[in-house]
Amino acid sequence: MHSEETNEVVVQPPDKEKIRKIWKVALILGIVTACEFAVAFLLPPEYRTIKIVTFIIMTIVKAFYIVGEFMHLGHEVKSLIYSVLIPMAFVVWLLIALIVEGDSILMAR
Amino acid sequence: MSDTATVVGTSSGNLWKGGRSPFKASYGKLMMWFFLMSDAFTFSALLISYGLIRFRNPAYEGHPDDFTFSQEWWPIPEKVFEAVPFLHGVPLPLVFVGIMTFILILSSVTMVLAVEAGHRNDRKAVEKWMLWTILGGLTFLGCQAWEWSHFIHGTDFGTAAKFLINGEWITKTIHGANLTVNEYGPPPFAALFFFITGFHGTHVASGVLLNFLIFYRTATGYYDRRGHYEMVEKVGLYWHFVDLVWVFVFTFFYLV
Repeated sequence: MHSEETNEVVVQPPDKEKIRKIWKVALILGIVTACEFAVAFLLPPEYRTIKIVTFIIMTIVKAFYIVGEFMHLGHEVKSLIYSVLIPMAFVVWLLIALIVEGDSILMAR
Repeated sequence: MSDTATVVGTSSGNLWKGGRSPFKASYGKLMMWFFLMSDAFTFSALLISYGLIRFRNPAYEGHPDDFTFSQEWWPIPEKVFEAVPFLHGVPLPLVFVGIMTFILILSSVTMVLAVEAGHRNDRKAVEKWMLWTILGGLTFLGCQAWEWSHFIHGTDFGTAAKFLINGEWITKTIHGANLTVNEYGPPPFAALFFFITGFHGTHVASGVLLNFLIFYRTATGYYDRRGHYEMVEKVGLYWHFVDLVWVFVFTFFYLV
């Protein structure tokens, strides 16, 4: 099945720089999540719109780090990055379309 | 067909003429990416449906401190999810979900470390980090089971709701939620909770199974014999995707 089968596997020593980078990204994700909590509980409920906008921005920041660093997409070739990202425009379209639709249904009831 | 497959690397001009890998990624990794995109559309559709149904129900108008559960308006999520195991009756909004989020992010980190160890063909390190990842996944599933159980059984006081029985409106107190009644708000809220977190939990469960398979094959030396650990990377992509989905579920279901 696999023509490249081999018994000679060379174990390489860990790259300290790479591992430090992984933990750095983990730390960023943790801090952003902690900030989300801070915003949820420290900002008074009158600032609802600001809260929601901050949550969405923080979610996109987290998604950027998970997809870009953990899933390694940031280090792939440009054509692969765009073939994954551009179709997500459909999601944005559907989101806007259905939220507006939901609002209209409420008004029409 | 057989003669076309053998001309590799002869076309020097166009990258897309064939015989090359323009994405510089292996077939398996590329197909994992496209599968994850289709899965992203499924989850987006679910979360956007949540948005639609939330916007077609009236929101609670008053101050959040005076909030009570009612069938009339959509609940404030932090008022619904405020229970923590062993702390019965203590309102700790979103604390338990926050712990679950950190567990999943940490298991994603250990997965990256497993992939990194795989690049170095370091079997012992892959085994160690895969075990941590599996442990994180199982802990998350356990937390979710508790969360579901609490959601289904409900609070001590319950909520009064009107039911049309034999042509008469009868008021009854509901405890907890299922697919037909819901103490926290309109019934679709519970249906969406079960469907979205359930679909995500199914992904976590199958991810744990895949992770276990990878661990087993690593431990028995399968990838050493194969000469590379690319499977760890492919399953890693899936596992990070599950974490990514949770980041979105956490924001749009629990925080907003």
